[in-house]
Amino acid sequence: MTPNLHLWLIPVLPLVGAAINGLFGKKFSRQAVAGVALCFSGAALIKVLTVAFTFSSLAKPHVEFLAPWIRSGNFQADFSFYLDQLSLVMLLVVTGVGFLIHIYSVGYIWEEGGFYRFFAYLNLFMFFMLTLVLASNYLLMFIGWEGVGLASYLLIGFWFTKDSAASAGKKAFIVNRIGDFGFLLALFLLIKHFGSLNFDQVFSSISPLSAETGGAGLLTAIGLLLMVGAAGKSAQIPLYVWLPDAMEGPTPVSALIHAATMVTAGVYMVSRSHVIFERAPMALTVVAIVGTLTALFAATIGITQTDIKKVLAYSTVSQLGYMFIACGVGAFSAAVFHLMTHAFFKGLLFLAAGSVIHAVSGEQDMRQMGGLRTKIPWTFWTMTIATFAIAGIPPFAGFFSKDEILWRAYQSSWVYWAIGLFTAFLTSFYMFRLWFMTFFGTYRGTAEDTHGDSSHGPDHGHGHGHGGIHESPWVMVGPLVVLAVLSVTGGWIGVPGSLGGDNRFEKFLSPVFHSSIAASGAESHGVATPPEKETESPEPQASHSKELIFTGISVFAGIFGFLLAWQLYYRDPQLPQKIAASLGGLYEAVVHKYYIDELYATLFVKPLIAGSALILWHGIDQNVIDASLDNSAHGANQVSDSARHMQSGNLRSYAGWVAAGAAAVIVYMIWTGTR
Amino acid sequence: MVPIAYYLILSGILFACGVTGFLIKRNIISIFMSIELMLNGVNLSFVAFAAQWHALSGQIFVFFVMVVAAAEAAVGLAIIIAVYRTRETLNIDQVDLLKL
Repeated sequence: MTPNLHLWLIPVLPLVGAAINGLFGKKFSRQAVAGVALCFSGAALIKVLTVAFTFSSLAKPHVEFLAPWIRSGNFQADFSFYLDQLSLVMLLVVTGVGFLIHIYSVGYIWEEGGFYRFFAYLNLFMFFMLTLVLASNYLLMFIGWEGVGLASYLLIGFWFTKDSAASAGKKAFIVNRIGDFGFLLALFLLIKHFGSLNFDQVFSSISPLSAETGGAGLLTAIGLLLMVGAAGKSAQIPLYVWLPDAMEGPTPVSALIHAATMVTAGVYMVSRSHVIFERAPMALTVVAIVGTLTALFAATIGITQTDIKKVLAYSTVSQLGYMFIACGVGAFSAAVFHLMTHAFFKGLLFLAAGSVIHAVSGEQDMRQMGGLRTKIPWTFWTMTIATFAIAGIPPFAGFFSKDEILWRAYQSSWVYWAIGLFTAFLTSFYMFRLWFMTFFGTYRGTAEDTHGDSSHGPDHGHGHGHGGIHESPWVMVGPLVVLAVLSVTGGWIGVPGSLGGDNRFEKFLSPVFHSSIAASGAESHGVATPPEKETESPEPQASHSKELIFTGISVFAGIFGFLLAWQLYYRDPQLPQKIAASLGGLYEAVVHKYYIDELYATLFVKPLIAGSALILWHGIDQNVIDASLDNSAHGANQVSDSARHMQSGNLRSYAGWVAAGAAAVIVYMIWTGTR
Repeated sequence: MVPIAYYLILSGILFACGVTGFLIKRNIISIFMSIELMLNGVNLSFVAFAAQWHALSGQIFVFFVMVVAAAEAAVGLAIIIAVYRTRETLNIDQVDLLKL
């Protein structure tokens, strides 16, 4: 008899908070709204922690049935929750980082309109994200999947009176629809061929199947379609275009949804479906290639961006690419490890960037910053930690997870490793570029003089009354400090064997991924890959020393990025412009994000709009639907208008009609009678 | 014996005169008299048929019509007097309170 954990409370608690704030929040004071939002998201965190403490005594996976939902013939999809090591990690990340960002938001959004709306949406997001993570079947997961998309749309367009924010929200929603279409098709294939969407049943019926090595089969199709869904949600090539635009939303939203949690849903989904992917090597290869290309591509764009949030957005896309590399080479636990550390340091980076933006009164352009090191010391130090973490400098969290991914990528194919390493160098370079431009040198902005009320930044123009550059209030700095601690220590739970650790994180997750057959992303490359089990067991000493060399190389790449940024943006700030000028067209292309948005606009958006206007709007809507209604209404109008004139109200004309009618009847009778 | 067609033609002429008067006259009393003319045109055809077919029912109908016409005259003239008192006109075109 398994104990009843009441897992349903975890998603439902934030939903209650969202309902209270959404329905009644308008009448509440700001304190009450913040109190409700924090109480319910905090309660969810406490619930998750209690679950985590009793976790070791549970039989895994722990499935909790809540209520029947769809039952049709043999098909069955219920409201039930699935708890194993993977979903526990995700739960801790979502509720932990989510709660910290809730606290931070109270300070950040305090002076904005729509305070209650913001927290209602934020709690709603938590509900859907936790549903996604806890679902025990793909259909419930899909509800969460769509729900986080909705919450993301609402929060990107939070300042909906601003045109760019409203259209960014729409863009995110529509691009995600494309991915969701792929996800849905994958679900239909699962239903058709396995008759179920429950994780247990699907995976147990797939497990006996052997890997589809030759050509594409059913599992490959399912895997590829799932990857389309994941590419939409997790902003991978070719569907990544929405994430940079999503930075129109408030910065805590960028931190929570577009860095720490929602965008990692794709990684979670691919990891959850590892049974399918492991048997579809071709799909895995596609995952790895997409991840590699995205990581490199986004990192190069990140170098040239000047908006502090855009840099972080492209960095997020790039880091998500890393996670997909890990998935693609079958190192799912490494992917989830990087997902977790990324949630810490990228959440922290966004929150710190929000704090910087807050400090300089809404300015987001790094060229207008500089020299903020002494003015906002807490933000500076926490952001420093996060920057070192993402750059992969030991012993910060990002080092361990990134190193793990690179090592596993090398085991699969040196191409992934080389591109990953180059990306790691680029990551380090653009992050330290951001760091130097923001915190070092001399201040180049104007916020000090104008007291912020005239400088309306692209974010939303924090029109704060209090002037000058100022450190954020404690309610914002507190979460920064907690996340900074996590960014330092978060990686220590996964110290690899080569560094004297025992990689407890991978061991913890291994029951989830252990059932896997040989991960075979590399098989199509003809490179022999050690199966997952082998890497989990203690490795021979030779492999350890080799791994150490690779660790050294990746650390060196990070440090090299740091040195280059130091040279270009600290010692000789004029140099980058010269380099940019010498590169000419290439630089222009990168600054304009390789013209991908323009390409999509020409290829898809404009033809679609033109076709819709011509055929659907003018053709069908106006000429068929509207015209038929208009014409029938017009006809009825005309008929009744002519009939109306008979009723003149003139008595003698009525009598005349009666007489004329009688005469007509008589004439008719005579005429027919005589024949 | 006069052929029945003559009576019927006269009856039709009387009825047509009544209809015409009803349609073109504006004075209520003239209209009222036109109605009486129509009734009498019908009466004439009734008695003509009664005489032709030796059937009494036609003559009985004529009496009924006369009684109704007398009753109608009493009520109708009373209404006309009431209208004249309140509206101070007998022009039918000006008695149009029910018209929108």
